[in-house]
Formats: sequence, C-alpha cells, structure tokens
Amino acid sequence: MTMLPDHWLVMPIMLPLLAAALLLFVERVRPAWQPFLSLAMTLVLAGLACRFVVMTHANFIGVYLLGNWAAPFGIVLVLDRLAALMLALTAVIALASLVASWRLARRGPHFHAFFQLQLAGLNGAFLTGDVFNLFVFFEVLLIASYALMLHNAGGRTLRAGLHYVVINLVSASLFLVSASLLYGVAGTLNFADLAVKLPALPAWDAGLARAAALLLLVVFAVKAALLPLGFWLPETYGSAPGPVAALFAIMTKVGIYAIFRVYFTVFGGGEGVLAGLGSPALFAVGMATIVFGAFGALATKRLIALVAYLVLISSGTLIVASTLGPVALGGALYYLVHTTLTVAALFLVAHAIAEQRGPRADRLGSGPPLPQPVLVGLLFLVTAAAAAGLPPLSGFIGKVLMLQGSGRAPLATWFWAAVLGSGLLATVALARAGGSVFWKTHGVAVGAPMPAGDRLGLAVLAVAGLLWIAGANSASQYTAATAQQLAQPQSYVDAVMRQVPVKLPARSPH
Amino acid sequence: MTEVFFASAIGVFTACGVWLMLRARTFDVALGLALFSYAVNLFIFAMGRLTFGAPAIVGQGGATATLADPLPQALVLTAIVIAFAMTALVLTLALKGRFVNRGDACDADDETRIEDSPR
Repeated sequence: MTMLPDHWLVMPIMLPLLAAALLLFVERVRPAWQPFLSLAMTLVLAGLACRFVVMTHANFIGVYLLGNWAAPFGIVLVLDRLAALMLALTAVIALASLVASWRLARRGPHFHAFFQLQLAGLNGAFLTGDVFNLFVFFEVLLIASYALMLHNAGGRTLRAGLHYVVINLVSASLFLVSASLLYGVAGTLNFADLAVKLPALPAWDAGLARAAALLLLVVFAVKAALLPLGFWLPETYGSAPGPVAALFAIMTKVGIYAIFRVYFTVFGGGEGVLAGLGSPALFAVGMATIVFGAFGALATKRLIALVAYLVLISSGTLIVASTLGPVALGGALYYLVHTTLTVAALFLVAHAIAEQRGPRADRLGSGPPLPQPVLVGLLFLVTAAAAAGLPPLSGFIGKVLMLQGSGRAPLATWFWAAVLGSGLLATVALARAGGSVFWKTHGVAVGAPMPAGDRLGLAVLAVAGLLWIAGANSASQYTAATAQQLAQPQSYVDAVMRQVPVKLPARSPH
Repeated sequence: MTEVFFASAIGVFTACGVWLMLRARTFDVALGLALFSYAVNLFIFAMGRLTFGAPAIVGQGGATATLADPLPQALVLTAIVIAFAMTALVLTLALKGRFVNRGDACDADDETRIEDSPR
C-alpha cells in the first residue's frame, strides 16, 4: 500500500485555512473566481478524505506530531477510522452545500472565506488528538458558523443567531473549565495519555475527574442538541439559509463525534474510576431527545422546523445506540452518515419548497401551488422516506443494524420502542407536511423554478446516499470495524504514544 | 490565605456572570459572558497550582527548586484571546440587533417566535 507523505495529515486543516486567506484577496481582485477556488479546495478535501478512508481501512492509524514533539508533550493529530469517516462525510456535505450556495454567496461579503474556515474547524475537530485543541477547533468552526448563519440576515434571524452564539459561548466556557480540571487532575490533555493516566488516578482525585468528565458531556450535549440543552436547535436551524442549514447537518454530528471520542477512546479503556461513567445518563438523555424530537416534529407549523426536529431525533438515536454495545455502535455509525446526508438534502428541499411558495414560505397549510410540483414533490418524497427510515433506503438499513446490534442489551426494548415509534411519528409528520404543501393549494403559482445550484447540490447528496445504500455491505463492515476500534482504544493509544519524532539532520556548525 | 482570595474571586466572578447572563437583555448577557470568562481564566490558571515567584521556563542556570507550570499559562492566553474575540462578536450582534429589532431584549417573545411568524 502506498502511503501518502507524512505531512498530508495536516492538510485537511491547512488547505482550507490557506484557501480562506487567499479568498479574502481574491474577493477584492477577482470576485468571480471565488466560488471556483472554494469548489476546487473542497474537491481536494474530498479526494484527500477518500484516500484517508482507504488508508484507515487497512487498520492504519496516522499520527502527526505538530512541531515534532513526542506525543504527550506536543500537539498531535490522529487519523483513525472514525476521524477518516467524519472527514469524508464533511467533504461530501460541504461539496453539496457549496454548490447549492452559489447564489446565496453573492448576497453578502466573505461567504466563501467563512465557508473554508468552517471546513478547517470541522476537519480540525475530527483530527485533533487532545482536549484543548478540540476546544480551539470548536471555536473556529463556531465563529465561522455564526458568520454563515447570519449571512444576509434580517432581524429575526439575528435574534435566533444571538441565542445560538450565547449558548455556545457559555458551553465554551464550561469546556474550558472541564478541560483545565482534567489537566489539574491528570496533568495532561492528550487523549491517549489521558486514557492511560485516568484509570490509574488515586481515589481522592476520582471525584474531580468524574466531575470534569460529566461537565465535558454537558458541553458536547449542547453541540449535539441533546435534550435539556437542545432547545436552541430548531430556532437556529430553522432560520439559517438553506445551504448553510445543510452544512449545519454535520455540526450536531461534531458533538456526537466528541462524545464518542471522549467516552470511548479516553474514558472507555480500563476498569478505572471513569469506566462506564455517563452511560446511564446518556441513555436517558438520548431517549428524552428522541421523544421530544418526535413530538416537536408533529407539533411544528413550519416545514423547515420539522426538519430541524428530525435532527434532534437522529441525535438522540445515535447517542442511545452508542450505549448499547459495540455492535449497535457500528450500526449507529452507519446511521450517522445516512442521517447527515438525508437531513442536509431535506433542508435543501424544504428551502426550495419555501422559495417556490412565495410569501406563504414553508408554513404548513394551504398555499399557492408549486411551479415544479413533480420534481420537488418527488425529491421531497424520496428524502422524507429516507429520513423516516422506510425501506429500501439507507435509513432502514441503519435502523435494522442498530436494532439487531442492540439485541442482548438489557435496555434494548426501550430502544426498539423509541426507534420504531419515532420513525412512525416522523413518517406521520412528514406525510402530513407533504400533503398540505403539495395538495392543499389554491390560487396561482408565484415562485420561480428551482435554481441549478440547488439541483446540483441535491444530486451530490443523492449520489453519496445511493453509494451508501449500494455499498451497504462494505460500508457497514467499515463502520462495524470503526466501532470495534472505538471500543478497544488500545491501538489508538499505542499508535499515539509510540510515534517517534522525525530525526532531523544535525545542524552544521557556523 | 491567597488560595481563599483566589477561590473567592472565581466564585464572585462566576456568580455575577451567571446572574447577568440570566437577565434577558443583550448588554447584560455580554457583560455576564465577559465576567464568566474571567472566572474561567482564573480557574485554568489555578489548575496549574498557585506558585509565587517561580519561573515558568528553565533558564541557563538549570532548574530552581520550584517551577510554575507553563502549560496552563499558555492555555489561559489562548482562552483570553478567544474570549475577547467572542465578546466583540456578541457586542456587534447586540448592537446590530438593537438597530434592526429596536430594542435589546434577547428573549423570543410570542410575536417574534420564528415558528409562527412569516419569514
């Protein structure tokens, strides 16, 4: 197998950062070139991510020592299966969102620069190997997301945006508290080093370590929009522009990723003070999120908010499944990719519907007919069926994998009820919404046909989704192996701790 | 004794910050966030243990008896920079919101709820 050169591991962060800086210049000199530069960079990232997936599939764990310091002392980037999977998913969503935002980007300044910064933050969060840089990359992706969300924003979006900013700033402060608490207790912030040191903590430090771990859970629960902390999501996602909402489909998954990373890789190994911590809490919180999301989807009066509630359901499902053993976790990872693609597509479709209905926008109930009822209707049908988990689409496969995997777990019955029940409620909500948008019409069509950018973005997501279905066998094997790697963090720890710095040539005496 | 003062300072900052953040006006929330981030910065600093007059870097003369932990100092620096930028962002948003929405109330009351109002 040919390996990429060592420095490629840092490229998913470096390239978008570089592109963002470059785009600010290009914006001044050749504004028309911006989308092409941005697109080229995103394509490069997609290619790189695919390469990473293939590399990690051969059980390769890439470790990059920034500044050439050995692991617990320097900053490391780590590429394992989960990171590679998330990078690839990010690249696909980014590609679709970028194509769909072709028109939106022209309505205000710096869109493409912020878009690339967002990608740098996302990729960094997936690659980083220590707690503090996870915080830093969270901030990078959040500050870019504030800008993207408020791109060309009016008063109401501004207010929802302020809520989003404030709640994330509070959670960032809590993140700092828990990260520094972990450092104060264990003397390290490196994931692998923490995984070694935490189980060996003396009893009098165990309480502090537990407090830090649970505080981290609170922070990630805000990001993943788990229940008591997820009320910001429907308003925020409901008021973001369509392509941006599609990109945000990956943002809750960053929270999910962080929970998986910290609870499996860092706290999961060993029988120490933190073993099994948080699992009952995660189960309860996840279940509550599923129930809230399902009833919210039924109750809402807006199509876009309905999609946002579906995001809540998927967050809850993923978290509950992750507490039910590695096989269910493998299914959950398959479902994670499916739900991200589907929700992104649904956001694009819902915004297309809102645009075509003119002043009635996406409010459910009688409105003007759509200029393209067949195209948009079919798109809505397919994406809604995928989101509700109907066969033969990937949602169904993902749910079957999760339910089968949860078989022996003591709480599996509740999980079955929640998954099947929320699927039913989501189907009802989507069917009712579709019915009122497409069939309860009066007057004449006022909207314009769907722009080419939206169609192309949806095509990207459709191709990715079809590949995920067609390749379900190998995809589910990959995610199952990913879950195994997460459940047994020893290989991750070994790879990080044994990485030796590059031998530099001796400096010649002057 | 210093420890008591230090811990009390963190507590007072946190309490004031939380109280201000719970008030439904953007200016108060911004102030609360700033106070809370001061508390957090002090806390990070304390996690490297409180030392007096101890160097953070081993100099030419070799290690002295006590050394301050340099890592929390670096973390605090990063946190301060980020908190500063974020405070600036919140203030900008609050100012813009004040002009667009005519007021700095930051709760979504009934007529401004996104779910029910036209886009």
